[in-house]
Amino acid sequence: MSNSRDKIMAAVKQNQPPASQLPDLAPLISGAPASLEAFRKVAEGMGSHLLEVTDEAEIPALLQEHYPDMEQVITTDPLLHARAATFDWLTGDGRQLQQADLAIVRAQLGVAENGALWLTEKELQVRVLPFIAQHLAVVLDINTIVPTMHHAYEKIGGPQTGFGVFIAGPSKTADIEQSLVLGAHGAKSLTIIIKK
Amino acid sequence: MKVGLFIPCYIDQFYPQVGIATLQLLEKLGCEVGYPSGQTCCGQPMANSGYEHLTDGCNRLFTDNFKSYDYIVGPSGSCVLHVKDHLHVADNETAATHIRQNIYELSEFLTDVLQVKSLRAKFPHKVGVHQSCHGQRGLHVSQMTELVGPAFSKPLQLLNMVDGLELIELDRKDECCGFGGTFCVFEEAVSVKMGKDRVADHVHHGAEYITGNDVSCLMHLEGILRRQQSPVKVLHLAEILNNE
Amino acid sequence: MNTAIKDHAELAEAFNANEPRVNWHDETLWWVRQKRDKMAWSLPEWETLRETASLIKHNVLGNLHAYLEEFERNAQQNGAIVHWAADAEEHNRIVLELLQQQGVKRMVKSKSMLTEECHLNHYLADHGIEVIDTDLGERIVQLAKEPPSHIVLPCIHKKKEEIGDLFHIHLGTPAGNADPQLLTAAARLHLRSEFIQSRVAITGVNFAVAETGEMVVCTNEGNADMGAHLADVHIACMGIEKLIPQRKHLGVFLRLLARSATGQPITTYSSHFRTPKPGQQLHIVLVDNGRSRQLGREDFRNSLKCIRCGACMNTCPVYRRSGGHSYHNAIAGPIGAILAPNLDMKQYADLPFASTLCGSCSNVCPVKIDIHQQLYKWRQVLVQDGQTKAAKTAGMKIMTTVLSRPGLYKFAGKMARWVMRVAPGMVNNRFNPWYKQRELPPPPAESFETWYKKNR
Repeated sequence: MSNSRDKIMAAVKQNQPPASQLPDLAPLISGAPASLEAFRKVAEGMGSHLLEVTDEAEIPALLQEHYPDMEQVITTDPLLHARAATFDWLTGDGRQLQQADLAIVRAQLGVAENGALWLTEKELQVRVLPFIAQHLAVVLDINTIVPTMHHAYEKIGGPQTGFGVFIAGPSKTADIEQSLVLGAHGAKSLTIIIKK
Repeated sequence: MKVGLFIPCYIDQFYPQVGIATLQLLEKLGCEVGYPSGQTCCGQPMANSGYEHLTDGCNRLFTDNFKSYDYIVGPSGSCVLHVKDHLHVADNETAATHIRQNIYELSEFLTDVLQVKSLRAKFPHKVGVHQSCHGQRGLHVSQMTELVGPAFSKPLQLLNMVDGLELIELDRKDECCGFGGTFCVFEEAVSVKMGKDRVADHVHHGAEYITGNDVSCLMHLEGILRRQQSPVKVLHLAEILNNE
Repeated sequence: MNTAIKDHAELAEAFNANEPRVNWHDETLWWVRQKRDKMAWSLPEWETLRETASLIKHNVLGNLHAYLEEFERNAQQNGAIVHWAADAEEHNRIVLELLQQQGVKRMVKSKSMLTEECHLNHYLADHGIEVIDTDLGERIVQLAKEPPSHIVLPCIHKKKEEIGDLFHIHLGTPAGNADPQLLTAAARLHLRSEFIQSRVAITGVNFAVAETGEMVVCTNEGNADMGAHLADVHIACMGIEKLIPQRKHLGVFLRLLARSATGQPITTYSSHFRTPKPGQQLHIVLVDNGRSRQLGREDFRNSLKCIRCGACMNTCPVYRRSGGHSYHNAIAGPIGAILAPNLDMKQYADLPFASTLCGSCSNVCPVKIDIHQQLYKWRQVLVQDGQTKAAKTAGMKIMTTVLSRPGLYKFAGKMARWVMRVAPGMVNNRFNPWYKQRELPPPPAESFETWYKKNR
């Protein structure tokens, strides 16, 4: 196998064109500041549902109202929901979460141009959580909304954890005749709770 | 200003009226036009089929014919683009370079070199414009719908100077008609389907005439219209601009 | 041309036998193209973004050796095991060995055009291992025993009624029900149980970052994540050209990818895999399979910039009217037609000719690959390599002779017009493909040159 590595690397070295400079990304990064309205418009276009609170203490009641019939609620922060799951969701290889009805997590930041939320293993604790739960609710601080992906990566910097993901809306597919259907394999709905 | 008139082979043989209209139009606009005798083909049919190496004879002939003109103008975006991109002659590269740099498709010559602002032309009909790809995407005679940039179109700019002419809108402003050189026979099924769809877009929007700056595309569209026994007619841009 | 394999023109003709279906296929893809346009126009800096992406990829091609070393080193530090495969066969063997070590007979795979290119599913099936494709579109074509017809929209050629029938047989949905909502829900249930049971997951890779050793995988459905996060072993298969230099460059590509592909501002999930989860094995298979050779072809190396968005297919007037299967290659459309001859000139000699060279593909390409110019150049290469039919070459030679000699040309033109006037049946017959569905122009009495001599 190392043989193939050497062979490939030799061929690449032999055949690659002369090195060129990387372009400057600065011209792409300037621009108008992010607005909640811009974020809302795109996020809703991606199928997310937006709620606003001024105090985090409002969140448990709000979620109870929006997701009244959830049996197993997983919350990464006990302050976000009144009722925690009845099983030990942190232990296992992820499969223990197949009964999760609703997951409530915090995002590090939101991106106005595409309605995406940045979540990492640190907040999620179990990687599969936002995918396997039937529904997903994400708390986002309004002050963390950035205009574009360039700004997002500037803020994120280098990787701090083993896994991170941008999530923009519920899981979806249009593979059958381009008809949009929400809830392909991941969460069937995504509620974003903006904390002002 | 000496203008060499480049009349591509299939226009010479099958659409002489397009050559005549181009000549008359240029003369009307004050150009001193010469037509070098012994023109044949720019070599594009061979080159686009993968036989660019067989085009030396055509290149030599073309260069000899046109080297003494200030500008070379032809009523076909596709042929002009081919010359611009591929004309080379080993022992006469200076002349070939001069031609490559000074060859123009008719509409761009009118708008960019002659800077025509008005025309003595009248054509009281509903007209749809077929944007031929090589003129549009190769020579940039009009903006492409794929790109994010300001709209412009040299053929439309000229057609807007024609009295009584009503331009129709299309659902697909710049989709290829499917002619594609030898593609039209080697990929007959797709070629015809593309042509039928283009024709349908024009017909659906009420065109009485389809015009454009490439006779090859128009020949293909005309062939389909005539098979359909459609009353819609096809005219080259020069024929409309020259119509008084 | 291998006579056992039908060429693009024949396959396209068969596709065109059902015109309403061609219209449907064309309009569906045109709709996606329009969505892409809308997204492009939402960013005033769109063209700058494309140019930047193209320059980044250019830098990658020129430094690929160093970036591969950097990526490998970082990936290993992250705890991944890196494998190198010179060709498809070696790639398949590596994956098989990993599966055999785990003793699995069935596993899930999310979308990876590379594994299609390597025909991994067939190879594993021959070794008694069943691959479950988990992208809905891919699962559909898999159940139909067909290859994907599009790199982003694998079953774009299928009607929902056909999918309903397939699901009725394989997943037990009600007969005659073709509701996309219901069918998707059935697939969700079926594939959830596969995800839960599967101990190994294969994913593709959209971007691999040299600087961090991480890999980004983009999906709308969440299938890559469901597979990879639940599995004990995650195998990520990627071509060596998938590298980008730094994490910040992801911003450029993630802004372009989904907008170009489906007209969305971003895919639902853009997952950044760096380390294996605790207790998990992460294997990365770096595959060459002709890429280093293409890197050495100056005229064609830019094709390696491709980020597999499929925009060139959606815009291609030929693709929309001939269907993905007419390209008889894992990657169809214009980009497939410039990649395939690098793999096998003989087998794919027809593909660069399956184009009018209109150039729309080059204009939509988010990394500005000169696709139509490469199609032109491949034609020259294929002819020089003797991959065209002898009759065509002979015809071209006659044409050249005539067109190089004005006297001969004049004579031939006159003869042709004369024949068309006095004996139109000589030209207008079923042996002339032009005449099949088109009229020829009425032959004029004289050429322009003759008129000119009389009148000027």
